[in-house]
Amino acid sequence: MLTAPVLALVLTCLASLVLFAALGKPAGAALHALLLKPFLSWYSFSEVLLKMAPLLLIAQGLAIGFRANVFNIGAEGQFIVGALCASALPVYFPDGDFPLMLPAMIAFGALGGTVYALIAAALRTRFGASEILVTLMLALIAVQILNYLLLGPWKDPRGFNFPQTVMFPDNAMLPILFDGTRTNISLIFALLASVFAYLMMQHHFRGYQLRTAGLAPRAALYAGFSAPRMVWLGLGLGGLAAGIAGASEVAGPLGQLQRSVTSGYGYAAIIVAYVGGLNPLGIIGSSFLISVIYIGGDSATVSAGLPVAAVEVFQGLLLFFYLMTFTLIRFRIEIDRKVPA
Amino acid sequence: MSQPALLRLAGVSKRYGTVQANHEIDLEVHSGSIHAVLGENGAGKSTLMKLIYGVEQPDSGHIRWNGQEVHFARPSDAQALGIGMVFQHFSLFETLSVVQNVSLMIPGKPADLAQKITDLGDQFGLSVDPHAMVHRLSVGERQRVEIIRCLLLNPKLLILDEPTSVLPPQNVRRLFETLRKLQADGMAILFISHKLDEIRELCDTASVLRGGEVTGRVDPREHDARSLAQLMIGREMPNVAHAAPQPPGAERLRLNALGHPRASRFGTTLDGIDLKLRSGEIVGIAGISGNGQQELAALISGESRAQEPGMIEIMGKKVGHLGPMARRKLGFAFVPEERLGRGAVPEMSLADNSLLTAHSRSMLSRGFIRRSVERAFTRECIEAFDVRTPGPDAEAGAMSGGNLQKFILGREIMLNPDVMLVSQPTWGVDIGAATAIRKRLLDMRDQGCAILVISEEMDELFELCSKLHVLHNGRLSPALEAAETTPQEIGRYMIGAET
Repeated sequence: MLTAPVLALVLTCLASLVLFAALGKPAGAALHALLLKPFLSWYSFSEVLLKMAPLLLIAQGLAIGFRANVFNIGAEGQFIVGALCASALPVYFPDGDFPLMLPAMIAFGALGGTVYALIAAALRTRFGASEILVTLMLALIAVQILNYLLLGPWKDPRGFNFPQTVMFPDNAMLPILFDGTRTNISLIFALLASVFAYLMMQHHFRGYQLRTAGLAPRAALYAGFSAPRMVWLGLGLGGLAAGIAGASEVAGPLGQLQRSVTSGYGYAAIIVAYVGGLNPLGIIGSSFLISVIYIGGDSATVSAGLPVAAVEVFQGLLLFFYLMTFTLIRFRIEIDRKVPA
Repeated sequence: MSQPALLRLAGVSKRYGTVQANHEIDLEVHSGSIHAVLGENGAGKSTLMKLIYGVEQPDSGHIRWNGQEVHFARPSDAQALGIGMVFQHFSLFETLSVVQNVSLMIPGKPADLAQKITDLGDQFGLSVDPHAMVHRLSVGERQRVEIIRCLLLNPKLLILDEPTSVLPPQNVRRLFETLRKLQADGMAILFISHKLDEIRELCDTASVLRGGEVTGRVDPREHDARSLAQLMIGREMPNVAHAAPQPPGAERLRLNALGHPRASRFGTTLDGIDLKLRSGEIVGIAGISGNGQQELAALISGESRAQEPGMIEIMGKKVGHLGPMARRKLGFAFVPEERLGRGAVPEMSLADNSLLTAHSRSMLSRGFIRRSVERAFTRECIEAFDVRTPGPDAEAGAMSGGNLQKFILGREIMLNPDVMLVSQPTWGVDIGAATAIRKRLLDMRDQGCAILVISEEMDELFELCSKLHVLHNGRLSPALEAAETTPQEIGRYMIGAET
């Protein structure tokens, strides 16, 4: 089970060495920064855990849908909408005089992400619209809503015209998990979500129905598992997780709503979900790996002068090699001589 | 026979992994002879044909053509020497016309090809309109197109794989006339079948295959069906005699003027279907697949919903609007014709495949799966229905068709249904498993279950059913008493000569 991801990581490293060398960068140093530096100080390791929280949370939600062949590609949009909805409270109550501010923000974020994903479910079940396209387009719309709010009604009046909201009051911020770091309790949310996903997908009938719908849709129909329900559930849970992750981002490391909330977690989580084999336990491992690459990538851009895009290429290579090794482990290539008809 | 054999196999063997598919096969086929290759499913018939047609290469042994040793690396090598093959499942494009389909394989101008198709049709009784669209053709006509396409390559040997399995009796007659004309023309024909009566009527030589070896070489005209069967399965034919059915009881399933528009261009519209099924009886629906069988089965199972709730009644309740799970709760069970991907999930274990429809048998506790109950159920099913498998953890996709069918049938029977729909119960199942499956169905009937069987196999329907309907072109014939009708009468309904 671990053959494919490990092999993929090795191949990715080899390909990156060639690529970095071709760029004229010190390839060995770049790889060292990318994969080892994050472990060399407690602070950088805590940053890995900080990155891991949203990736893990979103990927667990997405994987549930993916197992049922429901392809939510626009978790980024649900993440943004979750962040928006959560931000509404501190924006309108900047002094923090709202009871249970933080739980309400998380709830708003969860609700926002879920509803935003369910738009795609409604269009798919009613009109047969592909959820791949709908969620992707909704993600682009979410970015524009974010821009509108930050440039207009929600702009901080004392923010020197920067497109960002006021800084959130203290009671709108997630508690820090380890003193001296930025790692907050959203990591706990993500781990709880992993336990939930594991129990549901491996031991609950609902998860069995989702898996059946993904592996053999006609068997699901034969058994009488409602196909629309699988779509609602798959998209809804993905949106829920992404929404909570979005809320945690503004109530965590950002402390306000700003444009940089669109950091690509929603897209990276797709890679995380697949490299983790869509398995709840595997995803814990893959989210950690991708987080290491994020943090290592930051230091590699500084220490080895890698362009920022190189880190994204590294992630892309990882997914590519994973899908390749996964396929080649399951199937055998047979070269068929052309048979004239 | 003085002249050398057209095709001669000596000591041909082929092995796939641990399975010895063909072992030391000797075979001689002469021009002007119709040679039967007889055997159960899995006896090695298909492998042997693949070796002769160049789809696969033998591990050892020799193939001689007109006395010359030959090696076929690919089917075109065999075609070049004059070997043609008509496969059991047709390879025609439905959206193209006959002549367009032919021109994909045969060089030549369409107008010339159309003329040749008409000429061959006249000569050998294979009439078909060259410009007709294939999706409009009947099964018999499609088979004629396949045969014509082979004949255009001027073969000296024609291989036919189970050619009659898809034909109604009237078309079988016509096919035989064609084959006799080809034989008189000097062609050699390899006729693969497990239907003993047909072989006795048509063929002058029969090679019997069992377990990958030739176990007999006989003149089928000099043997009766029973002794041929014994050669084929290597033991006495299992006795299928069964107690006569009790008079049927209460009504369990009823279709009232069931109609349904087709879902796609290649589907079938169902129209005005009436049917009654009572406790303790087996009713059969005969007919060639593609005449609405799939649509009807999906409507009865709930996989597609009827237009009016009252069009379908199960246990006296109107269920046309209900889904499969709700219908199962009323005591309905269903064995679909596709086992992998519909009746079972190939990637899942047998235990998890039990869960598919048997989850109501205390396999869930607050929605969580009770693995021990699931496994116990699966183990019981494996034992009671003689499913050959390592155990409940075996993947469904790794099992043979017959074993998986026994498992699915067992799972559905263990739900103790009051009414059961079984679609194509023995498709692709070997004769031993098929006999076991039929016996199970008769046992169920005796215990008071109402069973509806949809099948293409006429013998099977006559063996099981007390009443028969024929589904043709989306319409169902009136009920015919099995004891009073004949295969010929059923055949007339199958081709629409009677409605």
